[in-house]
Amino acid sequence: MSELLLQLQDLHVHYGVIHALQGINMNIERGTIVTLIGGNGAGKSTTLRAVSGLLRPTHGSILFEGQPIHQLAAHRIVRRGIAHAPEGRGIFPNLSVEENLMLGAYARNDREGIRSDRTKSLALFPRLAERLRQRAGTLSGGEQQMLAIARALMARPRLLLLDEPSLGLAPQIVQVIFRIIRQINAEGVTILLVEQNAHMALSIADQAYVIQTGKVIKHGPARELLTDKDIQKAYLGG
Amino acid sequence: MIRSIFAPLMVLLIAIGVHGLVGRYDDGYWINQLTIIGIAIILAVSLNIVNGFTGQFSIGHAGFLSLGGYLAGSLLYYGSVMFFQTRPEPGFFSFTQPFDRMDPTIVWWGIGDLFFLCVCLSAGLFAAVAGLIVGLPSLRLRGDYLAIVTVGFGEIVRILIESSQRQVPLSRLNRADGWDLVTGWGSAMGFNYIPKFGSLFWVYLFVGITILTAIRLKYSTHGRAYLSIREDEIAAEAMGVRSTRYKIQAFVISAFFAGIAGALTASSQGTINATELAFMKSLEIVVIVVLGGMGSVSGAVLAAVVLTYLPELLQAETFARYRLILYALVLIFVMILRPRGLMGTREVWDVFRRRRGVQG
Repeated sequence: MSELLLQLQDLHVHYGVIHALQGINMNIERGTIVTLIGGNGAGKSTTLRAVSGLLRPTHGSILFEGQPIHQLAAHRIVRRGIAHAPEGRGIFPNLSVEENLMLGAYARNDREGIRSDRTKSLALFPRLAERLRQRAGTLSGGEQQMLAIARALMARPRLLLLDEPSLGLAPQIVQVIFRIIRQINAEGVTILLVEQNAHMALSIADQAYVIQTGKVIKHGPARELLTDKDIQKAYLGG
Repeated sequence: MIRSIFAPLMVLLIAIGVHGLVGRYDDGYWINQLTIIGIAIILAVSLNIVNGFTGQFSIGHAGFLSLGGYLAGSLLYYGSVMFFQTRPEPGFFSFTQPFDRMDPTIVWWGIGDLFFLCVCLSAGLFAAVAGLIVGLPSLRLRGDYLAIVTVGFGEIVRILIESSQRQVPLSRLNRADGWDLVTGWGSAMGFNYIPKFGSLFWVYLFVGITILTAIRLKYSTHGRAYLSIREDEIAAEAMGVRSTRYKIQAFVISAFFAGIAGALTASSQGTINATELAFMKSLEIVVIVVLGGMGSVSGAVLAAVVLTYLPELLQAETFARYRLILYALVLIFVMILRPRGLMGTREVWDVFRRRRGVQG
């Protein structure tokens, strides 16, 4: 068993009176792909937002590389090495592709490193390299998703949080995106992936957690969950 | 090294050029027009840093303008007597008369010039501090809510100034105590007899500095963080941008230049009146920014020139009666034809670069 990168311990998050996360426990090992699956409103995105500091948990702790990060502001968490590609992509539509990428490296100061990561990201997404000067809002949905991932990589994260990268994309593009996610993982980046497309997610993940109404109801190796009768019925369409 | 001083040097040369050339041949009309236009440019470009760059909606810019103007006015009026016992000698740069009527013995850099520079900077800092005080609690608000707070701020400034004491006449100045001077901001009568240091040189020096600051900001890592807040605040936070802090910073920078614009207004007209710098004045600046294009520095400059000079142009006899209607029509048509403003979020030079890019 390898080293733990991220640990969520009894994590609770409230939106006002709504109790969105009700004691989530997760262990994520370095170098793996872990997926969160579950229905709408189960708390998948909320979990990611709590990890990246966009939401402050009301109870419980988040340990990244053994250090507690749940009290830190979002900008400090980015500096620790966690990048978040938010749901709905969250690209900056009126800025150019180039500017979007540079904002991904916002928390960094090492010019040389940023330049080499820019080259690496563009090699991963050659389509973006052709459109550096273009306004990001004019990209197609798939290209915008590529930009969101490339931008997150510019932070040189050790943990990459991806929120529904397949949302609204044609099946072919989804294939491309998932191939690249695997490629990023092969280079040593640990990935926490939230997906509606459970079949796709389970097929590339090492571990999986199933979330329902703010609680983890099942977890285990992704391959086992793929063949699990209950999961098949609930999330994989029989 | 050369690159870093090139732009500031250009600003200085342009300011001296405008001052020397226009001052040389003009009898006062163009000096006056160019001063008003220059001040409008400073106001529009500085408001654009908040409204255009960070995408927050502030309609209280006239409040900062008033604060800077009154501080500068009282420093120039009371201060010149206290520091120099007389009105300080303006030098070449602060001389607002045409050259042929200028005293040939005049010095190039009078002690008054230095004093005036300090007054401008104090006016800017004063407004910037006010910006910080307003910004700290209110910039956690978004959209309409922030707009309402800034309107409130502008009105509070106006009412406070209007309820201040009468201005102390110079003849009674030696009998006045410090408190009279601090509270003697001229009530609703306005603050008058301000020494006229605000020459074209100073106006265009600060126009240049404002534009340069805005452009440098826009194309820096720092400025990109401002733009990202406008585009998507949550995504910006996820990138590690501290949005509240940057919004406050933008607000303070913007207020600083509005304060300087106030100092220039007070010292070029010789008078300043908070009643004229009410909500409508703030709205005028917002209109310039929206018309120019949110976030476009060159758009703001362009719109400031057009919208400041247009009413003047329409003064011509044939139009005079329909002046306000024509002004409104221009606004309506621009917004229909170019709903994102004259320049959108782009700059004049982006348009040219794009053309080149397509060909090449």
